[in-house]
Amino acid sequence: MNEQATQAGNAAPMVEMRGVNKWYGDFHVLRDIDLEVRRGERIVICGPSGSGKSTLIRCINHLEEHQAGEIVVGGVPLTQDVKRIEQVRRSVGMVFQHFNLFPHLTVLENCCLAQTWVQKKPRREAERLAMQYLERVKIAEQARKYPGQLSGGQQQRVAIARSLCLHPEVMLFDEPTSALDPEMIKEVLDVMVELAEEGMTMLCVTHEMGFAKTVADRVIFMDQGQIIEENAPEPFFNNPQSERTQLFLSQILGH
Amino acid sequence: MSVRPKAPSVGTKPPFWRDRAKRALTFQVLLIAAVVLFLLYIVGNTQDNLAARGITTGFGFLTNTAGFGIVQSLIDYSSQSTYGRTFVVGLLNTLLVSALGILAATLIGFVVGIARLSPNWLIARLASGYIEIFRNIPLLLQIFFWYFAVLRAMPSPRDSLTLGEVAFLNVRGLFLPEPQFLSGFGLIPLALGIAVVASIVLLIWNKRRHEATGKRLPAGWISLGLVVGLPLLVLVITGVPVTWDVPELRGFNFRGGFTVIPEFLALWLALSIYTASFIAEIVRSGIQAIPHGQTEAAQALSLPQNLVLRLVVVPQALRVIIPPLTSQYLNLIKNSSLATAIGYPDLVSVFAGTTLNQTGQAIEVIAMTMAVYLTISLLVSMFMNWFNARVALVER
Amino acid sequence: MTIQHKMIEARPAPKSTVGPLAWLRANLFSGPVNTVFTLLGLYLLYLLLVPTIEWAFIDADWIGTTRDDCSREGACWVFVKARLGQFIYGLYPRDEIWRVNLTFGVFAVLIAWLMIPRLPFKRWVAAATLLVFPIFAFFLLYGGSFGLPLVQTHRWGGLMLTLVLAVVGMVGALPIGIVLALGRRSQMPIVKSFCVVFIEFWRGVPLITVLFMASVMLPLFMPTGVSVDRLIRAFIGITLFQSAYMAEVIRGGLQAIPRGQEEAAAALGMSYWLRMGLIVLPQALKMMIPGIVNTFISLFKDTTLVMIIGLFDLLGIVQAALSDSRWLGFSLEGYVFAAFMFWIFCFSMSRYSQYLERKLHTGHKR
Repeated sequence: MNEQATQAGNAAPMVEMRGVNKWYGDFHVLRDIDLEVRRGERIVICGPSGSGKSTLIRCINHLEEHQAGEIVVGGVPLTQDVKRIEQVRRSVGMVFQHFNLFPHLTVLENCCLAQTWVQKKPRREAERLAMQYLERVKIAEQARKYPGQLSGGQQQRVAIARSLCLHPEVMLFDEPTSALDPEMIKEVLDVMVELAEEGMTMLCVTHEMGFAKTVADRVIFMDQGQIIEENAPEPFFNNPQSERTQLFLSQILGH
Repeated sequence: MSVRPKAPSVGTKPPFWRDRAKRALTFQVLLIAAVVLFLLYIVGNTQDNLAARGITTGFGFLTNTAGFGIVQSLIDYSSQSTYGRTFVVGLLNTLLVSALGILAATLIGFVVGIARLSPNWLIARLASGYIEIFRNIPLLLQIFFWYFAVLRAMPSPRDSLTLGEVAFLNVRGLFLPEPQFLSGFGLIPLALGIAVVASIVLLIWNKRRHEATGKRLPAGWISLGLVVGLPLLVLVITGVPVTWDVPELRGFNFRGGFTVIPEFLALWLALSIYTASFIAEIVRSGIQAIPHGQTEAAQALSLPQNLVLRLVVVPQALRVIIPPLTSQYLNLIKNSSLATAIGYPDLVSVFAGTTLNQTGQAIEVIAMTMAVYLTISLLVSMFMNWFNARVALVER
Repeated sequence: MTIQHKMIEARPAPKSTVGPLAWLRANLFSGPVNTVFTLLGLYLLYLLLVPTIEWAFIDADWIGTTRDDCSREGACWVFVKARLGQFIYGLYPRDEIWRVNLTFGVFAVLIAWLMIPRLPFKRWVAAATLLVFPIFAFFLLYGGSFGLPLVQTHRWGGLMLTLVLAVVGMVGALPIGIVLALGRRSQMPIVKSFCVVFIEFWRGVPLITVLFMASVMLPLFMPTGVSVDRLIRAFIGITLFQSAYMAEVIRGGLQAIPRGQEEAAAALGMSYWLRMGLIVLPQALKMMIPGIVNTFISLFKDTTLVMIIGLFDLLGIVQAALSDSRWLGFSLEGYVFAAFMFWIFCFSMSRYSQYLERKLHTGHKR
């Protein structure tokens, strides 16, 4: 684990995307994406729905397959090679909009599943680590319950703990708070902020602009499958350059 | 100032037709009375009718000699046996065709259901063609098709279709070689038993080791090898102490070997193929019921494809599949009663058919037959309740 | 800092991912295993289709009136043609066939009216189908009044009898099923247990034993000297059997209505029957229709069992025709014809119920 935030700027890139293009049938979803994420960097991606932001981060752990261009994660280029895909997925954690906890397993079992079957750890050790992370997301007392018995916010925190158990080098967040009731958003964001402060490399697709302002190193605005604007949060919010960024920001911050 | 309506005083009781509890009670008493009166009417009529026909009620007929033969029987049976034994023979034949039908229908159904979801377009189309054809044609018609149009149209024993001169198919049925066990054969079941026990020990040990150290062997494959390999090895070492009684054509029919009657074949084929089309649909919708997010989440945890299926998709799909699957099994058991249309000696055919006709004990015979099916249904639904309570997803 | 001012135009996807060739590669030949499966599938299709088409069309005989007109190389459809009248109408007098045609014509119009979403007065048409049509159909088919000659039920047969059995079973089972379903949800313990036992009894036994029971036990239950028509016995057995299955479908529909609906109605002071009749049932009925269609399909297939108690439905009459000494050896043609008829009915009904289910599904999401 890289507990200390590596000095941004001179470390090797954690994620590299060069000229990435993707189509759904004839629909051109990702257009010439170039993106470099340094180790320890926190990036927030925003944009209107259908702009390709989810697709972009889902390409990073190969849940979606890109058709042109190159993606390198932690020095491993993503190709059709199943071994490499699994290797990349082991180092990339992902949190989904709809949590996607396994309803037939308890919270604890959800967290141990990949540890015992992929990392081949003894069960006791896996449980100890799982409890440690559940403790960190403040939900250890629910470990023996099933996901269906938890609130949305609790489920999402479990989902974060489940990813962290594999010691990922990058965490991907795909609209982690969009399916939550307003009073539960904060408990999830708190966990994410804490994670960011510990120096985790993060890519978040989110509309929580408060989170972007306090945590992000860079904010990326996407529209129609391309990266329109990319800047540090301060200039991004105070002085957006592109017309469409301005329009988007006025729409979501307007009221 | 308006006049206030008089509030009903707390103590007054409403008339009984407005009192909910009393109304419910009255209604239920009336229902019971109606049912009892109806039953009395029926019982009275029945007694009159039976008296007029000179039939005595009771189960005494079960000890009388049946006087008719049955073509297929799992226990000793001759025309000297009693009606009670006829009942048992019929019941066993029903259970036999049901058990083998369930086995085959499950196999075909799972293969077709999974093929229906294949990324290969042609395979998926073929599978859906199978489903749409066979589940939309009445089962009885399918039984007739296999029996009259296929098996009854087979050549005579002299011109049998044959497989390597050991198995023969003709209008009289399917003739298979029957193994005759020589001395020393007892070692083979013993070897099988040892292999099974060893496999169970291995599987338990492997599970414990996995929990303790995270390491595991491909124990499933090793056990399969053991269970198949060890008996085979013993078989070879002991010099194959089995001879086969191969059926032989003598005169107009085959002698020796093991005969599967065409009635059984037709019923078994039709039941398996028909039920499989329903099972395939159940399997398909069970697998599709698992949200794609589950697969994605498992993949994001870097589980390889086979573990995604084994640890996440299959356990969840099974709990969707098993309840409707058991009710299909139940349907298959009930549908096996169509045997009577082609003369396979199942419970309905030999008992509710022949026995009823010979003895005229309609009430006793029908009641016993229905009781058998009701008992099976009850046992299955008890299993289902237990299963649902055990595996139901825990939710708020 | 990056700012992109130039818009990237959408480009067509690479040739390798779209178009018919790409479709073939993705769906049929995406890997060695898949290719093997595709080839196996094609071979299987060849094995099945070529002989079937040759038998049923290319080598088949269509023209003629007797078996000598058949070359016996392929199917002999002459047999089916010669017997078609019987297969459809049974032994119904030839001069009276218009009555059958009229009955089913009216029925088809009623059903079409109910199935086409845009037509008005659905409620009245449904009521007419369930209440008025059965009486109309009885007088028209059975006759004996209004100057129509009487046609005994033993002359009824073929596809006509199959349809009559299925429709009567359905129309009879619907009201009983509603009462049983409401009873099973009742708070009154005796009513509830009575309904549970009744439903589970009929669902637990095979239809064939029910038909045996109706044909041998029913006469015993009647007062001495009263005999019941064989067809009526089948109706009673099928209706009772079907009502149990119908009750379970209706119960499923009732459960899908949130409890709040009934509570809101009760808060408005509505009585039990008003709550059920005006609030719960109308909503639930919509959700039950796919289930009702599905039980109708299985009933339709199950009507073939009546031949075991001596009635000649479509399958029964085909089976009887096969043993005609002038037409021996055409069982395959007979079964294929019957299977085709059943298949057309069942397949189109199952498609309709799937369409309804999809419509319900999207209706709920929005």
